[in-house]
Amino acid sequence: MELFQQLVNGISLGSIYALIALGYTMVYGIVKLINFAHGDVFMVGAFIGFYSITVLDLSFFPALLISMAACAVFGVIIERIAYKPLRNATRIAALITAIGVSLMIENGMIFIRGAQLEAYPTNLLPSENIDIFGVSIKSQSLLILGVSLVLMMILQIIVHKTKIGKAMRAVSYDAEAAKLMGINVNNTISATFAIGSALAGAAGVIFGTYYIKIEPLMGVLPGLKAFVAAVLGGIGIIPGAMVGGLLLGLIEALVSAAGFSLWRDAAAFVVLILILIFLPQGLFGKNKREKV
Amino acid sequence: MTIFKQSKGFWLSVLLSFILFTVVQLLLTGGILNSYYENMIIFMGINIILAVSLHLIIGITGQFSIGHAGFLAVGAFASAVITMKFEMPLFAGLLVGGIVAALAGMLIGIPTLRLKGDYLAIATLGFGEIVRIVFLNIDYIGGASGMQVTHMTTWPWVFGCILITILVIRNFTNSSHGRACISIREDETAADAMGINTTYYKVAAFVIGAFFAGIAGGLWAHNFYIIQPSNFGFLKSFDILIFVVLGGLGSLSGAVLAAIVLTIVSTFLQDYPETRMLFYSLILIVMMIYRPQGLMGTRELTSLFKRKTKGGSKDGNHHTTA
Repeated sequence: MELFQQLVNGISLGSIYALIALGYTMVYGIVKLINFAHGDVFMVGAFIGFYSITVLDLSFFPALLISMAACAVFGVIIERIAYKPLRNATRIAALITAIGVSLMIENGMIFIRGAQLEAYPTNLLPSENIDIFGVSIKSQSLLILGVSLVLMMILQIIVHKTKIGKAMRAVSYDAEAAKLMGINVNNTISATFAIGSALAGAAGVIFGTYYIKIEPLMGVLPGLKAFVAAVLGGIGIIPGAMVGGLLLGLIEALVSAAGFSLWRDAAAFVVLILILIFLPQGLFGKNKREKV
Repeated sequence: MTIFKQSKGFWLSVLLSFILFTVVQLLLTGGILNSYYENMIIFMGINIILAVSLHLIIGITGQFSIGHAGFLAVGAFASAVITMKFEMPLFAGLLVGGIVAALAGMLIGIPTLRLKGDYLAIATLGFGEIVRIVFLNIDYIGGASGMQVTHMTTWPWVFGCILITILVIRNFTNSSHGRACISIREDETAADAMGINTTYYKVAAFVIGAFFAGIAGGLWAHNFYIIQPSNFGFLKSFDILIFVVLGGLGSLSGAVLAAIVLTIVSTFLQDYPETRMLFYSLILIVMMIYRPQGLMGTRELTSLFKRKTKGGSKDGNHHTTA
């Protein structure tokens, strides 16, 4: 039964990874850029959620929505200022910029409010233990899983049923051709950043409610692991990011359950290196041949 | 005639480096530079070695690696184990540190160097993190609380290591092996088509870079009294990366200059770590938008002087010619 509980923990953590990984994978799919700053958008989201709960005295869902909206705007600002001038630059230049933006958000946050921890209020969501077949599960984990699933479903609807989603798919397939067909590529890219950042913001608030503690460098490790999740599922593929995130959460939970909790962080990176070596296109990806 | 010119530059740089060494040594023994500046100079030297070793991997071979702190950590802990646990001299420690780091470089290089660009970057970043976590979990070297190391790094050691690093990497770059590496940077597929064993040269550059990072780790370990796995996180890797990026991707003297300047800047901003990192991040972003090739591009300091004075290979910086 211990194992089952660990699995539930793993799925909750995995759904947070999945929400962050979605942003990575969407941005990578459309501009071929590893947005290192994405983990920090997640951190900013957690802080916006925290301040709207403590200062504005809001409950969980309004805070979640405020954080998502603010992060969407934040993501678009990052894209317009830092990444847009580099649209035609080399991949390495874009990657270095992304690292720079990430460092800037982290240290800007420390500069503004100091590096100290904050704690989310614990009474934000009802925390009862629900018994299912003799296993007690925290109601919070179920709620978090539910919220994540709803957000992912909304994302699927946006991508597959709306005009902007169609534009996003077109740009990620072939940006030049999409431009010729009258799609405003710049706006589409901004929309992608907005949606991805909103999901990261939501993940931030969920993380805060579930794990209580937040701090300015909290986004680094989940950000990197979410990238691993995106690679695991096949980068650029939205369902891949969801499955990759959940799978990574489960792997970490199993490593912890096996008694190697100190090695948990290494597990994600071992998974990354193994997947890059043996299945570089990811679980859901198609193998592409490189043309000269 | 050309041989004469080259050897003239060679002797000039030998002379200049000798003068630099003696002047700094005299200033230190004479007590004109206090321990604060001595520490800064040693730290500068370590950073120069790190910058030059990463320059070989990123600047010359074009393999974007952001896990360099991993090799630094391997070298630091390996050399500390040799000198502290086996009580061998510092020289043995540095050598073993370098060799173990080079082995780590080979171990990680052979599988991951098949990857390109972003994927390689992430894989090396992951490698750096794995190294940190592994050290965190080995009780023999103190786990999270780290390892106590006696202070042994002095200016002569640092200077000797800088000299060897720059000599080896410069000569490697100017050899046919170096040209092979540069061709990989410019176009890997074309280099492959020309019959260059790209995997071999990529791994070779990686191993040499890791070796010198390991030596820098040895010097680092014996300078700071205590080494902890948390010193070698990815932020350290970014610190090294920025030397190479600022100096110019492909310019050895640029990397050296950037290491010197940024060490001075960071020493003065020591008490304000977040201001320092904000400054670093601004440099990275502004640099990539307005001058993505770095301050020096692929040029060297010596080429600036060559243009001004026709023929004579006058040398402004002793580090660049050897």
